[in-house]
Amino acid sequence: MRDLFIEIWESIRRNKVRTCLTGLAVAWGIFMLIVLLGAGNGLLNAFMGDSDDFATNTMNVFPGVTSKPYDGLKQGRRIRMTEQDMEMLRQPAFADHVDKVSTQATQGGYAMTYGRRYFRNIVLTGCMPDVEKVDRIQMHAGRFINERDMKSRRKVAVITHLHAKNFLSGSTDYDRLLGKRIKVGNLSFVIVGIRHGAENEDDRAVYIPYSTYKHLFSLGNRIDELNISFHDLETEAEAQAFEDEIRASLNAAHRVAPDDKRAFWIWNRFTQSIQMEKGRSLLITALWIIGLFTLVSGIVGVSNIMLITVKERTHEFGIRKALGARPGNILKLIVTESVLITAFFGYIGMLLGMIACKVLDLTVGQSKVELFGESFKMLENPTVGLSTAVGATVVLIIAGTVAGIFPAMKAAKVKPIEALRAE
Amino acid sequence: MLIELKGVHKTYDNGQPLHVLKGIDLEIEKGEFVSIMGASGSGKSTLLNILGILDNYDEGEYHLAGKLIKNLSERESATYRNEMIGFVFQSFNLIGFKTAVENVELPLFYQGVSRHRRQEAAMAYLEKMGLTDWASHYPNEMSGGQKQRVAIARALITHPEIILADEPTGALDSKTSVEVMDLLTRLNREDGVTIIVVTHESGVANCADKIVHIKDGLIEKIEDNRQHHSSVFGADTIMK
Repeated sequence: MRDLFIEIWESIRRNKVRTCLTGLAVAWGIFMLIVLLGAGNGLLNAFMGDSDDFATNTMNVFPGVTSKPYDGLKQGRRIRMTEQDMEMLRQPAFADHVDKVSTQATQGGYAMTYGRRYFRNIVLTGCMPDVEKVDRIQMHAGRFINERDMKSRRKVAVITHLHAKNFLSGSTDYDRLLGKRIKVGNLSFVIVGIRHGAENEDDRAVYIPYSTYKHLFSLGNRIDELNISFHDLETEAEAQAFEDEIRASLNAAHRVAPDDKRAFWIWNRFTQSIQMEKGRSLLITALWIIGLFTLVSGIVGVSNIMLITVKERTHEFGIRKALGARPGNILKLIVTESVLITAFFGYIGMLLGMIACKVLDLTVGQSKVELFGESFKMLENPTVGLSTAVGATVVLIIAGTVAGIFPAMKAAKVKPIEALRAE
Repeated sequence: MLIELKGVHKTYDNGQPLHVLKGIDLEIEKGEFVSIMGASGSGKSTLLNILGILDNYDEGEYHLAGKLIKNLSERESATYRNEMIGFVFQSFNLIGFKTAVENVELPLFYQGVSRHRRQEAAMAYLEKMGLTDWASHYPNEMSGGQKQRVAIARALITHPEIILADEPTGALDSKTSVEVMDLLTRLNREDGVTIIVVTHESGVANCADKIVHIKDGLIEKIEDNRQHHSSVFGADTIMK
């Protein structure tokens, strides 16, 4: 075995150009594949990253304006939702799919103070306890709003860890804030919990119980939105049917034409996430197809050069055969050389590709684009998993070997007398 | 009997069939120095290729050291070539990216001899050829005569039954040609190596004890040349 390697080392050492060309084809193939997949992943992460923040089995309903005259009422009528709508959806008729029905209301522009520290532009949100699950709220300390807060209309609040950190002068000992009083506007609340606030977004919501909010702002019966969580909906069609059912009931209850789609705005996170998932898998498929073609071009490069190599060395193989090399010896020599070269340069290409991904992350990955008034990251974590990178390299090595085997078998079969004549 | 050919025929079929050997009968004893002479196209190189198991034949029988050489697999013929035959070619056929000593070692590599012992043996043969100082040189750094001596060392290293030389002086000037032929003669006389030389130069052929004349694919005559007066080397001959 050692002899074989010395033999190969000699031939590589004396044929640097050929070796480098083969290596370039391999390294380039792997490099491109990894950079491509990395950039693609970055794109996916940037655009799809938020979708994991919410439970997908929810639907939000907002009131709109009717677009058709119906039942003696003219079009353009503004819809007002009330707590009766919530009660309606809680009826057993909807129990097959509806889990919980809740609502929330927000009011912005408040100042929040704690001792001498304060925040401007705080959003006060009155919510029900289910929001913790629906919006997947993470708690750093204390608890979220609960049923007893709701029942007793307690003046309690949940603030973000970003607020808390500021109140504690940078410390993260959040427990110290529990039970402390803050002022929002001219209202006083007791902190019962510290939740996680998204750092990159402007997350300024302070949660208080909906009952408290309703009382403080005298909302009466009116609600701003309906939050419905549901279960046992598997397909997009089922979700759509459910959505239609809800809309029909609401339209009927509010004397709206059955086919009027503007009276209520329904944001169905489930169908949306399915569509997003579709787009995502489409993008992934496209990426893999492009990646595989890149890989194929690498393989073609390798086989091409192997073909030339074998042709170039036919005379040498003839000499070796005359001196007693068996076809197996020749085959082993070529294939081992091809494997070693592809493995070595494949590894280098893989490393360079990963470095390029890192560079991409540190440059383009940090920049943001403005779109519809919101800023998006262009790329988020544009890297390829190590297993994918290694997998692609292994595929190329195997392909390089297979590519080497055919010309090698041909070379091994050539009669020595013909090989000796070749020049 | 080391070599025994009986009614060997060979036809090449490149577009139209070319009957090159039309029934060759030849016997060569161990320790003989034989030259095969003939004009180009006479079939002498084909005969040598068959003797060297580099090529196959269509009809007849070829026994080498008692073994019938016919319809062998590539694997078997490679093994026989390795163990029984040493080649010396007109164009030397050294591997360009290997040093002299590595070239000489190569046949032993295919016998699975250890690196150390291979090197030892190769150095011994290079010394015999007077090339000790050139052991680590590459072929393109050596003269034609030196290259041919490396090739002869390579042919000898496996202690083959026969040395087959195909126009061994074809690429050499007359002075080096004489040196190489002297070397082959000495190997035959002193070490008893069986040598078969294919040539169209009468001066080269004259070094042999037996000259086989081939014409149009048949043996014209076998000349006993133990007196070496057939055509004196260098004197009014066709030697360059």
